[in-house]
Amino acid sequence: MKITLLDCGVSNVASVERSLERLGAQSQRAATPECVANADALLLPGVGHFEALIRVLDDRKLRKPLCDAIRRGVPFLGICLGLQALYDASDEAPKLTGLKLLPGRVCALPPLAKLPHMGWNRLISKNRSRLLEGVEVDAYFYFAHSYAAIEQGPETAAVCDYGTEFVAVVEKENMCAVQFHPEKSGEAGVQVLRNFLRLCA
Amino acid sequence: MSLARRIIPCLDVDGDRVVKGVNFVGLRDAGAPAELAARYNAEGADELVVLDIAASRDRRPTFLETIRRVAAELAIPLTAGGGIRSADDARSVLRAGADKITLNTAAVARPELISEASLEFGAQAVVLAIDAKRDGDQWVVMVRGGLDFANINAITWAKHGVALGAGEILVTSMDRDGTKTGFDTALTAAISSTVSVPVIASGGAKLPEHFAEIFTAGRADAALAASIFHDRVQPIRELKEFLAARGIPVRLPC
Repeated sequence: MKITLLDCGVSNVASVERSLERLGAQSQRAATPECVANADALLLPGVGHFEALIRVLDDRKLRKPLCDAIRRGVPFLGICLGLQALYDASDEAPKLTGLKLLPGRVCALPPLAKLPHMGWNRLISKNRSRLLEGVEVDAYFYFAHSYAAIEQGPETAAVCDYGTEFVAVVEKENMCAVQFHPEKSGEAGVQVLRNFLRLCA
Repeated sequence: MSLARRIIPCLDVDGDRVVKGVNFVGLRDAGAPAELAARYNAEGADELVVLDIAASRDRRPTFLETIRRVAAELAIPLTAGGGIRSADDARSVLRAGADKITLNTAAVARPELISEASLEFGAQAVVLAIDAKRDGDQWVVMVRGGLDFANINAITWAKHGVALGAGEILVTSMDRDGTKTGFDTALTAAISSTVSVPVIASGGAKLPEHFAEIFTAGRADAALAASIFHDRVQPIRELKEFLAARGIPVRLPC
Protein backbone atom coordinates (compact mmCIF):
# COMPACT_ATOMS: atom_id res chain seq x y z
CA MET A 1 0.00 0.00 0.00
CA LYS A 2 1.38 3.34 -1.07
CA ILE A 3 -0.23 6.70 -0.30
CA THR A 4 -0.41 9.01 -3.30
CA LEU A 5 -0.02 12.67 -2.32
CA LEU A 6 -1.57 15.12 -4.73
CA ASP A 7 1.11 17.72 -5.26
CA CYS A 8 -0.77 20.81 -6.33
CA GLY A 9 2.16 23.09 -5.69
CA VAL A 10 0.17 25.15 -3.21
CA SER A 11 0.99 23.39 0.00
CA ASN A 12 3.75 22.09 2.15
CA VAL A 13 3.60 18.50 0.88
CA ALA A 14 6.98 17.75 2.44
CA SER A 15 5.73 17.94 6.02
CA VAL A 16 2.90 15.49 5.28
CA GLU A 17 5.43 13.22 3.59
CA ARG A 18 7.69 13.29 6.62
CA SER A 19 4.79 12.51 8.97
CA LEU A 20 3.81 9.47 6.89
CA GLU A 21 7.42 8.36 6.68
CA ARG A 22 7.76 8.50 10.48
CA LEU A 23 4.74 6.18 10.66
CA GLY A 24 6.47 3.76 8.31
CA ALA A 25 4.12 4.46 5.38
CA GLN A 26 5.29 4.70 1.80
CA SER A 27 4.16 7.68 -0.20
CA GLN A 28 4.66 9.20 -3.61
CA ARG A 29 3.85 12.60 -5.04
CA ALA A 30 1.54 12.73 -8.01
CA ALA A 31 0.49 15.46 -10.37
CA THR A 32 -0.84 13.49 -13.36
CA PRO A 33 -4.33 12.04 -14.03
CA GLU A 34 -2.82 8.56 -14.53
CA CYS A 35 -1.14 8.53 -11.10
CA VAL A 36 -4.37 9.63 -9.43
CA ALA A 37 -6.44 7.06 -11.34
CA ASN A 38 -4.11 4.24 -10.31
CA ALA A 39 -3.64 5.25 -6.66
CA ASP A 40 -4.27 2.76 -3.80
CA ALA A 41 -4.94 5.63 -1.40
CA LEU A 42 -5.06 9.39 -1.91
CA LEU A 43 -4.14 12.34 0.24
CA LEU A 44 -4.91 15.94 -0.72
CA PRO A 45 -3.01 18.41 1.44
CA GLY A 46 -3.67 22.08 0.94
CA VAL A 47 -3.08 25.49 2.39
CA GLY A 48 -3.67 28.87 0.82
CA HIS A 49 -6.38 29.97 -1.56
CA PHE A 50 -9.34 27.84 -2.72
CA GLU A 51 -8.93 29.25 -6.22
CA ALA A 52 -5.29 28.18 -6.48
CA LEU A 53 -6.12 24.59 -5.53
CA ILE A 54 -9.19 24.21 -7.79
CA ARG A 55 -7.34 25.76 -10.73
CA VAL A 56 -4.44 23.33 -10.38
CA LEU A 57 -6.86 20.38 -10.15
CA ASP A 58 -8.57 21.54 -13.35
CA ASP A 59 -5.48 22.65 -15.28
CA ARG A 60 -3.81 19.30 -14.63
CA LYS A 61 -7.04 17.40 -15.36
CA LEU A 62 -7.04 15.84 -11.92
CA ARG A 63 -10.64 16.63 -11.00
CA LYS A 64 -12.29 13.69 -12.76
CA PRO A 65 -9.81 10.95 -11.81
CA LEU A 66 -9.85 12.22 -8.21
CA CYS A 67 -13.66 12.22 -7.93
CA ASP A 68 -13.87 8.86 -9.72
CA ALA A 69 -11.33 7.32 -7.34
CA ILE A 70 -13.17 8.59 -4.25
CA ARG A 71 -16.52 7.31 -5.61
CA ARG A 72 -14.88 3.96 -6.40
CA GLY A 73 -13.95 3.57 -2.74
CA VAL A 74 -10.26 4.48 -2.78
CA PRO A 75 -9.31 5.69 0.73
CA PHE A 76 -9.00 9.48 0.70
CA LEU A 77 -7.82 12.05 3.23
CA GLY A 78 -8.22 15.78 2.58
CA ILE A 79 -6.34 18.24 4.78
CA CYS A 80 -7.41 21.88 5.33
CA LEU A 81 -8.16 23.16 1.82
CA GLY A 82 -8.35 19.47 0.88
CA LEU A 83 -11.51 19.31 3.05
CA GLN A 84 -12.98 22.54 1.66
CA ALA A 85 -12.45 21.37 -1.94
CA LEU A 86 -14.94 18.52 -1.37
CA TYR A 87 -17.91 20.91 -1.12
CA ASP A 88 -19.97 22.52 -3.91
CA ALA A 89 -18.22 25.88 -3.80
CA SER A 90 -16.43 28.40 -1.61
CA ASP A 91 -17.08 32.08 -0.97
CA GLU A 92 -13.31 32.52 -1.22
CA ALA A 93 -13.63 32.02 -5.01
CA PRO A 94 -17.39 32.14 -5.73
CA LYS A 95 -17.07 31.62 -9.48
CA LEU A 96 -15.34 28.26 -9.20
CA THR A 97 -16.97 24.88 -8.65
CA GLY A 98 -15.72 22.61 -5.90
CA LEU A 99 -15.52 18.82 -6.24
CA LYS A 100 -19.21 18.53 -5.25
CA LEU A 101 -18.68 15.35 -3.27
CA LEU A 102 -20.38 17.00 -0.27
CA PRO A 103 -23.31 19.43 -0.36
CA GLY A 104 -22.96 23.00 0.81
CA ARG A 105 -20.75 26.06 0.54
CA VAL A 106 -17.55 26.94 2.29
CA CYS A 107 -17.96 30.38 3.95
CA ALA A 108 -15.80 32.94 5.69
CA LEU A 109 -15.61 32.47 9.45
CA PRO A 110 -17.52 35.24 11.27
CA PRO A 111 -15.28 38.14 12.36
CA LEU A 112 -16.18 37.67 16.03
CA ALA A 113 -12.68 36.59 16.93
CA LYS A 114 -9.27 37.11 15.39
CA LEU A 115 -8.85 35.80 11.86
CA PRO A 116 -7.22 33.75 10.44
CA HIS A 117 -8.27 31.09 12.94
CA MET A 118 -4.65 30.29 13.62
CA GLY A 119 -3.46 28.13 16.44
CA TRP A 120 -4.46 25.19 18.60
CA ASN A 121 -8.12 24.44 19.22
CA ARG A 122 -10.22 21.51 20.45
CA LEU A 123 -12.90 19.45 18.75
CA ILE A 124 -16.51 18.70 19.60
CA SER A 125 -17.53 15.18 18.66
CA LYS A 126 -20.72 14.80 16.58
CA ASN A 127 -20.57 11.22 15.36
CA ARG A 128 -18.51 8.13 15.93
CA SER A 129 -15.14 8.72 14.31
CA ARG A 130 -12.53 6.28 13.07
CA LEU A 131 -9.98 9.05 12.50
CA LEU A 132 -10.23 10.17 16.13
CA GLU A 133 -9.91 6.71 17.67
CA GLY A 134 -7.36 6.77 20.49
CA VAL A 135 -7.25 10.58 20.54
CA GLU A 136 -7.89 12.23 23.92
CA VAL A 137 -11.25 14.07 23.92
CA ASP A 138 -9.61 17.32 25.02
CA ALA A 139 -6.71 17.10 22.54
CA TYR A 140 -5.69 20.25 20.70
CA PHE A 141 -5.18 20.40 16.92
CA TYR A 142 -3.46 23.05 14.83
CA PHE A 143 -5.69 25.15 12.56
CA ALA A 144 -4.71 27.87 10.06
CA HIS A 145 -7.66 29.10 7.96
CA SER A 146 -10.22 31.87 7.49
CA TYR A 147 -12.88 29.89 5.59
CA ALA A 148 -14.74 26.79 6.71
CA ALA A 149 -17.66 24.49 5.96
CA ILE A 150 -20.41 25.59 8.33
CA GLU A 151 -23.25 23.27 7.29
CA GLN A 152 -23.12 19.98 9.13
CA GLY A 153 -24.31 16.70 7.68
CA PRO A 154 -24.42 13.02 8.62
CA GLU A 155 -20.78 12.82 7.47
CA THR A 156 -19.66 15.42 10.04
CA ALA A 157 -17.71 13.44 12.64
CA ALA A 158 -16.51 16.45 14.65
CA VAL A 159 -16.74 20.22 14.64
CA CYS A 160 -14.69 23.02 16.13
CA ASP A 161 -16.10 26.18 17.69
CA TYR A 162 -14.55 29.50 16.72
CA GLY A 163 -17.21 32.17 16.60
CA THR A 164 -19.41 29.52 15.04
CA GLU A 165 -19.32 25.74 14.84
CA PHE A 166 -17.64 24.55 11.65
CA VAL A 167 -16.84 21.12 10.20
CA ALA A 168 -13.48 19.87 11.49
CA VAL A 169 -13.65 16.15 10.66
CA VAL A 170 -15.53 14.51 7.77
CA GLU A 171 -15.96 10.76 7.41
CA LYS A 172 -18.13 9.24 4.71
CA GLU A 173 -17.12 5.66 4.05
CA ASN A 174 -13.71 5.88 2.35
CA MET A 175 -13.77 9.70 2.15
CA CYS A 176 -12.14 11.42 5.11
CA ALA A 177 -11.10 15.02 5.60
CA VAL A 178 -9.91 17.29 8.39
CA GLN A 179 -9.85 21.08 8.59
CA PHE A 180 -6.84 21.10 10.96
CA HIS A 181 -3.31 20.07 10.03
CA PRO A 182 -2.60 16.61 11.47
CA GLU A 183 1.00 16.90 10.23
CA LYS A 184 1.43 19.98 12.46
CA SER A 185 -0.63 18.84 15.45
CA GLY A 186 1.94 16.98 17.51
CA GLU A 187 1.02 13.55 18.94
CA ALA A 188 -2.75 13.99 18.42
CA GLY A 189 -2.17 14.66 14.73
CA VAL A 190 0.11 11.64 14.42
CA GLN A 191 -2.70 9.48 15.84
CA VAL A 192 -5.15 10.80 13.21
CA LEU A 193 -2.70 9.94 10.42
CA ARG A 194 -2.08 6.53 11.98
CA ASN A 195 -5.84 5.91 12.00
CA PHE A 196 -6.09 6.93 8.34
CA LEU A 197 -3.29 4.50 7.43
CA ARG A 198 -5.22 1.79 9.26
CA LEU A 199 -8.27 2.55 7.09
CA CYS A 200 -6.06 2.23 4.01
CA ALA A 201 -4.67 -1.16 4.98
CA MET B 1 -14.05 29.25 21.10
CA SER B 2 -10.90 29.92 23.00
CA LEU B 3 -7.66 29.11 21.23
CA ALA B 4 -4.76 27.87 23.31
CA ARG B 5 -2.23 30.61 23.90
CA ARG B 6 0.92 29.62 22.06
CA ILE B 7 4.44 29.34 23.46
CA ILE B 8 6.99 29.83 20.70
CA PRO B 9 10.73 29.29 21.09
CA CYS B 10 12.78 31.32 18.63
CA LEU B 11 16.05 30.25 17.08
CA ASP B 12 18.14 33.22 15.99
CA VAL B 13 20.38 31.59 13.45
CA ASP B 14 23.67 32.66 11.92
CA GLY B 15 24.36 30.17 9.14
CA ASP B 16 24.02 26.78 10.79
CA ARG B 17 24.32 27.85 14.45
CA VAL B 18 21.84 29.29 16.92
CA VAL B 19 23.05 32.52 18.50
CA LYS B 20 21.64 34.88 21.11
CA GLY B 21 22.60 38.40 22.04
CA VAL B 22 21.46 41.19 24.29
CA ASN B 23 19.64 44.07 22.55
CA PHE B 24 20.57 42.49 19.20
CA VAL B 25 24.35 42.73 19.87
CA GLY B 26 26.96 40.67 21.71
CA LEU B 27 26.09 37.35 20.05
CA ARG B 28 27.04 34.01 21.53
CA ASP B 29 26.61 30.43 20.37
CA ALA B 30 23.57 28.54 21.71
CA GLY B 31 23.68 25.25 19.80
CA ALA B 32 22.67 23.43 16.64
CA PRO B 33 19.26 24.41 15.21
CA ALA B 34 17.99 20.88 14.50
CA GLU B 35 18.91 19.62 17.99
CA LEU B 36 17.09 22.49 19.68
CA ALA B 37 14.12 22.06 17.33
CA ALA B 38 13.80 18.38 18.25
CA ARG B 39 13.96 19.25 21.94
CA TYR B 40 11.26 21.93 21.71
CA ASN B 41 9.03 19.68 19.60
CA ALA B 42 9.23 17.03 22.33
CA GLU B 43 8.81 19.50 25.21
CA GLY B 44 5.49 20.82 23.94
CA ALA B 45 6.35 24.03 22.08
CA ASP B 46 3.35 25.13 19.99
CA GLU B 47 5.36 26.47 17.10
CA LEU B 48 8.94 27.32 16.25
CA VAL B 49 10.41 30.46 14.71
CA VAL B 50 13.79 30.47 12.94
CA LEU B 51 15.29 33.83 12.07
CA ASP B 52 18.36 34.36 9.93
CA ILE B 53 19.99 37.24 11.80
CA ALA B 54 22.85 37.64 9.32
CA ALA B 55 20.43 37.61 6.37
CA SER B 56 23.23 37.99 3.87
CA ARG B 57 22.85 36.79 0.30
CA ASP B 58 25.89 34.49 0.31
CA ARG B 59 24.75 32.68 3.47
CA ARG B 60 21.27 32.03 2.03
CA PRO B 61 21.86 28.42 0.92
CA THR B 62 23.11 27.60 4.44
CA PHE B 63 19.96 29.11 5.96
CA LEU B 64 17.69 27.15 3.61
CA GLU B 65 19.52 23.97 4.56
CA THR B 66 19.00 24.88 8.23
CA ILE B 67 15.25 25.26 7.58
CA ARG B 68 15.17 21.83 5.94
CA ARG B 69 16.94 20.23 8.91
CA VAL B 70 14.76 21.98 11.45
CA ALA B 71 11.52 21.15 9.59
CA ALA B 72 12.52 17.48 9.51
CA GLU B 73 12.43 17.44 13.34
CA LEU B 74 9.02 19.06 13.80
CA ALA B 75 5.40 17.97 14.12
CA ILE B 76 4.42 21.59 14.87
CA PRO B 77 4.32 24.67 12.61
CA LEU B 78 7.54 26.38 11.55
CA THR B 79 7.92 30.07 10.79
CA ALA B 80 11.10 31.30 9.12
CA GLY B 81 12.39 34.72 8.20
CA GLY B 82 15.21 37.18 8.11
CA GLY B 83 16.34 38.72 4.84
CA ILE B 84 13.22 37.87 2.82
CA ARG B 85 13.19 40.59 0.16
CA SER B 86 10.93 39.18 -2.55
CA ALA B 87 8.19 36.65 -3.28
CA ASP B 88 10.96 34.43 -4.70
CA ASP B 89 12.82 34.53 -1.38
CA ALA B 90 9.57 33.69 0.41
CA ARG B 91 8.88 30.80 -1.94
CA SER B 92 12.29 29.23 -1.38
CA VAL B 93 11.86 29.45 2.40
CA LEU B 94 8.41 27.85 2.23
CA ARG B 95 9.66 25.16 -0.15
CA ALA B 96 12.47 24.38 2.29
CA GLY B 97 9.78 23.40 4.80
CA ALA B 98 8.54 26.52 6.59
CA ASP B 99 4.77 27.00 6.99
CA LYS B 100 4.98 30.76 7.37
CA ILE B 101 7.45 33.50 6.55
CA THR B 102 8.21 36.70 8.42
CA LEU B 103 8.64 39.98 6.58
CA ASN B 104 10.37 42.90 8.24
CA THR B 105 12.81 45.42 6.73
CA ALA B 106 11.91 44.65 3.10
CA ALA B 107 8.20 45.18 3.83
CA VAL B 108 8.92 48.61 5.33
CA ALA B 109 10.88 49.52 2.21
CA ARG B 110 8.23 48.10 -0.13
CA PRO B 111 4.88 47.37 1.57
CA GLU B 112 3.44 45.73 -1.58
CA LEU B 113 5.67 42.74 -0.76
CA ILE B 114 3.12 41.85 1.94
CA SER B 115 0.27 41.76 -0.62
CA GLU B 116 2.32 39.80 -3.12
CA ALA B 117 3.22 37.15 -0.55
CA SER B 118 -0.30 37.04 0.89
CA LEU B 119 -1.90 36.57 -2.53
CA GLU B 120 0.48 33.81 -3.52
CA PHE B 121 0.79 31.90 -0.24
CA GLY B 122 -2.28 32.98 1.73
CA ALA B 123 -2.55 35.37 4.68
CA GLN B 124 -1.98 32.50 7.11
CA ALA B 125 1.57 32.14 5.75
CA VAL B 126 2.56 35.80 6.08
CA VAL B 127 3.76 37.15 9.43
CA LEU B 128 4.65 40.83 9.61
CA ALA B 129 7.55 41.21 12.05
CA ILE B 130 7.75 44.63 13.67
CA ASP B 131 10.72 45.73 15.77
CA ALA B 132 9.34 48.58 17.86
CA LYS B 133 11.08 51.06 20.14
CA ARG B 134 9.49 53.62 22.43
CA ASP B 135 10.03 57.20 21.34
CA GLY B 136 8.33 59.71 23.62
CA ASP B 137 4.62 58.86 23.76
CA GLN B 138 4.64 56.44 20.83
CA TRP B 139 6.43 53.40 19.45
CA VAL B 140 8.39 53.65 16.25
CA VAL B 141 9.46 50.93 13.83
CA MET B 142 13.11 49.95 13.60
CA VAL B 143 14.63 48.11 10.65
CA ARG B 144 17.82 46.27 9.73
CA GLY B 145 17.79 44.23 12.93
CA GLY B 146 17.27 47.28 15.10
CA LEU B 147 20.05 49.38 13.59
CA ASP B 148 17.93 52.07 11.92
CA PHE B 149 14.78 53.99 12.72
CA ALA B 150 12.10 53.89 10.05
CA ASN B 151 9.92 56.95 10.26
CA ILE B 152 6.71 55.03 11.01
CA ASN B 153 4.49 54.56 14.04
CA ALA B 154 4.44 50.86 15.00
CA ILE B 155 0.67 50.71 15.60
CA THR B 156 -0.09 52.40 12.28
CA TRP B 157 2.30 50.04 10.52
CA ALA B 158 0.70 46.96 12.10
CA LYS B 159 -2.73 48.10 10.94
CA HIS B 160 -1.46 48.86 7.45
CA GLY B 161 0.32 45.50 7.23
CA VAL B 162 -2.88 43.64 8.08
CA ALA B 163 -4.81 45.64 5.48
CA LEU B 164 -2.18 44.58 2.93
CA GLY B 165 -2.64 40.91 3.81
CA ALA B 166 -0.47 39.97 6.78
CA GLY B 167 -2.13 37.12 8.71
CA GLU B 168 -0.22 37.61 11.94
CA ILE B 169 1.93 40.23 13.66
CA LEU B 170 5.16 39.41 15.50
CA VAL B 171 5.99 42.43 17.63
CA THR B 172 9.39 42.66 19.27
CA SER B 173 10.07 45.31 21.87
CA MET B 174 13.56 46.64 21.18
CA ASP B 175 13.51 48.24 24.63
CA ARG B 176 12.92 44.89 26.33
CA ASP B 177 14.72 42.44 24.04
CA GLY B 178 17.43 40.59 25.96
CA THR B 179 16.73 42.43 29.22
CA LYS B 180 14.66 39.65 30.88
CA THR B 181 12.51 42.30 32.60
CA GLY B 182 9.26 41.11 31.00
CA PHE B 183 7.40 41.68 27.74
CA ASP B 184 6.26 45.16 26.76
CA THR B 185 2.63 44.74 27.80
CA ALA B 186 1.49 48.20 26.74
CA LEU B 187 2.98 47.89 23.25
CA THR B 188 1.54 44.42 22.68
CA ALA B 189 -1.92 45.36 24.00
CA ALA B 190 -1.96 48.47 21.83
CA ILE B 191 -1.26 46.43 18.69
CA SER B 192 -3.46 43.49 19.63
CA SER B 193 -6.48 45.68 20.27
CA THR B 194 -5.95 47.51 16.96
CA VAL B 195 -5.54 44.62 14.52
CA SER B 196 -7.91 41.76 13.66
CA VAL B 197 -5.17 39.11 13.34
CA PRO B 198 -3.25 37.14 16.01
CA VAL B 199 -0.33 38.89 17.69
CA ILE B 200 2.89 37.24 18.89
CA ALA B 201 4.71 39.15 21.64
CA SER B 202 8.49 39.05 21.76
CA GLY B 203 11.33 40.54 23.75
CA GLY B 204 12.13 40.56 27.44
CA ALA B 205 10.65 37.32 28.78
CA LYS B 206 12.17 35.49 31.70
CA LEU B 207 9.66 34.52 34.38
CA PRO B 208 6.39 32.54 34.03
CA GLU B 209 4.64 35.66 35.42
CA HIS B 210 5.84 37.59 32.36
CA PHE B 211 4.01 35.13 30.14
CA ALA B 212 0.85 35.22 32.27
CA GLU B 213 0.88 39.01 32.07
CA ILE B 214 1.37 39.18 28.29
CA PHE B 215 -1.53 36.75 27.73
CA THR B 216 -3.88 38.73 29.99
CA ALA B 217 -3.07 42.45 30.20
CA GLY B 218 -0.96 42.25 27.02
CA ARG B 219 -3.73 40.54 25.04
CA ALA B 220 -1.16 38.45 23.16
CA ASP B 221 -2.21 35.33 21.25
CA ALA B 222 1.28 33.88 21.42
CA ALA B 223 4.52 34.63 23.22
CA LEU B 224 8.00 34.14 21.88
CA ALA B 225 11.30 33.79 23.71
CA ALA B 226 14.75 32.45 22.97
CA SER B 227 17.53 32.24 25.52
CA ILE B 228 15.40 31.28 28.53
CA PHE B 229 14.38 28.18 26.59
CA HIS B 230 17.82 27.51 25.07
CA ASP B 231 19.53 27.79 28.46
CA ARG B 232 16.84 25.66 30.16
CA VAL B 233 16.11 28.54 32.54
CA GLN B 234 12.40 28.00 31.82
CA PRO B 235 11.21 24.51 30.81
CA ILE B 236 8.21 24.76 28.47
CA ARG B 237 6.11 22.15 30.27
CA GLU B 238 6.46 23.88 33.64
CA LEU B 239 5.65 27.22 32.03
CA LYS B 240 2.46 25.78 30.53
CA GLU B 241 1.43 24.16 33.81
CA PHE B 242 1.93 27.53 35.51
CA LEU B 243 -0.30 29.23 32.93
CA ALA B 244 -2.96 26.50 33.03
CA ALA B 245 -3.15 26.84 36.83
CA ARG B 246 -3.98 30.53 36.28
CA GLY B 247 -6.82 29.71 33.91
CA ILE B 248 -4.94 30.60 30.72
CA PRO B 249 -5.77 28.03 28.02
CA VAL B 250 -2.65 26.19 26.88
CA ARG B 251 -1.98 22.91 25.13
CA LEU B 252 -0.42 20.61 27.68
CA PRO B 253 1.74 17.96 26.02
CA CYS B 254 0.93 14.39 26.98
